[in-house]
Amino acid sequence: MTVGVLALQGDFREHSAILRQLGADPLEVRLPRQLASVNHLIIPGGESTTIGRLLALYGMLEPLRARAGRDLAVWGTCAGAILLAREILDQKQGGQPTLSVMDITVRRNAYGGQLNSFELPIDAPAFGEGPLHGVFIRAPLIEAVGQGVEVLARLPDGAIIAARQGRLLATTFHPELTADARVHRYFLEL
Amino acid sequence: MVEYLGNQFRCSRSRPQVSDAAVGALGNRGEVMEKSTWTTRVGLAQMLKGGVIMDVVTPEQARIAEEAGAVAVMALERVPADIRAQGGVARMSDPELILAIKAAVTIPVMAKARIGHFVEAQVLEALGIDYIDESEVLTPADEEHHINKHKFKIPFVCGCKNIGEGLRRITEGAAMLRTKGEAGTGNVVEAVRHARAVNSELRRLQSLDEDELFVYAKNIQASYELVKQVAAAGRLPVVNFAAGGIATPADAALMMQLGVDGVFVGSGIFKSGDPAKRARAIVEATTHFNDPEIIARVSKSLGEPMVGIEISKIPAEQLMAQRGW
Repeated sequence: MTVGVLALQGDFREHSAILRQLGADPLEVRLPRQLASVNHLIIPGGESTTIGRLLALYGMLEPLRARAGRDLAVWGTCAGAILLAREILDQKQGGQPTLSVMDITVRRNAYGGQLNSFELPIDAPAFGEGPLHGVFIRAPLIEAVGQGVEVLARLPDGAIIAARQGRLLATTFHPELTADARVHRYFLEL
Repeated sequence: MVEYLGNQFRCSRSRPQVSDAAVGALGNRGEVMEKSTWTTRVGLAQMLKGGVIMDVVTPEQARIAEEAGAVAVMALERVPADIRAQGGVARMSDPELILAIKAAVTIPVMAKARIGHFVEAQVLEALGIDYIDESEVLTPADEEHHINKHKFKIPFVCGCKNIGEGLRRITEGAAMLRTKGEAGTGNVVEAVRHARAVNSELRRLQSLDEDELFVYAKNIQASYELVKQVAAAGRLPVVNFAAGGIATPADAALMMQLGVDGVFVGSGIFKSGDPAKRARAIVEATTHFNDPEIIARVSKSLGEPMVGIEISKIPAEQLMAQRGW
């Protein structure tokens, strides 16, 4: 198994560090030839408009769409979850490049700007016993999921913050900013 | 106080208690929710890594920056090159302009407050922007004290020329650092000097034993506890970007290869002949900073770069990097 971390922009080094703790040897993916050699890919936190633009510019939207969920397991954190979503609300003016592979509707910056970023323990039995430490930074929200999408975690008020559709995983928070490797371990088993 | 815990730094002093207002604002999301924590402040800067933050003076420029792939914009009335040319006291921008820029884009918006001007910072926080740059580009309001950034919920980025200055800013509550460089010159030499200084001091710090760390902390005028933690971690506890004089894709890649986490481009884009094209090229060069073929391709036919200034031709009292203490 080869794990890649999309390294166009964002906190890809934090993901790589946790993958290394789990014994993986992650590859930084910036070009199609690197993408072709991985069968697990993490799309990190960052700016979805920037990452989407660079995916389009470097010819990676089509290969990703063709493989995501099939021979390529993909996990998107925050910006990555936005890029996976079939429908994105509150896009930048004129729309933004996106993968559109997972049957979820995601609203960008759903809680507002940076002053509304927050931390909260999350109950998510799918990832193992005990709460996860949820870090939400200008976070998006999964507003709706289609049939075939399993909801893995919610906030106390019911807001969806983690979902899975086969080999596609979306989290609106950042496990890579914590010392807890459970979500990474879960993803490697997809 | 910043603490180093395994692979994480924590800042307990800037972790506010959860207020009723904070819980109320998001509905009943549990009594344990904490807003504007050290992790979320440093974390936003982590999300900006590998990206380009662009100075813009109009909503139209902000849209050009966002389309080009900027990860954030710095909302200003004048870019540093114009501040330098026009002289006079440079202050926080008009809130109306900042709000118009905020309304035009979906990416984070930053704005500058004068060094030590905590009321400008209060105003910027009230506008609900995402980050404040306590910046030497503006005329300092206090020649002794920087803003006590622990008193704010909004995160701050500050400039530094070396590790001592960087750690003093972190102790005051800065959640992100950048090199000072020499803004508005189109000359990268000072940013290179500052990035190299931080890197070499970080390497030296790791070679010191405990006895030597006390003296080192004293000499660089930084807290011993923080120095000890940085020595143990082998890195700064916050993200460090390059800023000041970056004008070309190769400049951006140079700074990235020197180990910074991302770049600010001030006057370099909108003072050039074809801003949209140059902005796109700098974004690509920042991502592919280790790929000379890509940097060569994106550097072709960018039109006129901004006019550069020799640092030695600038009168000493006009050097912006000397502001801050």
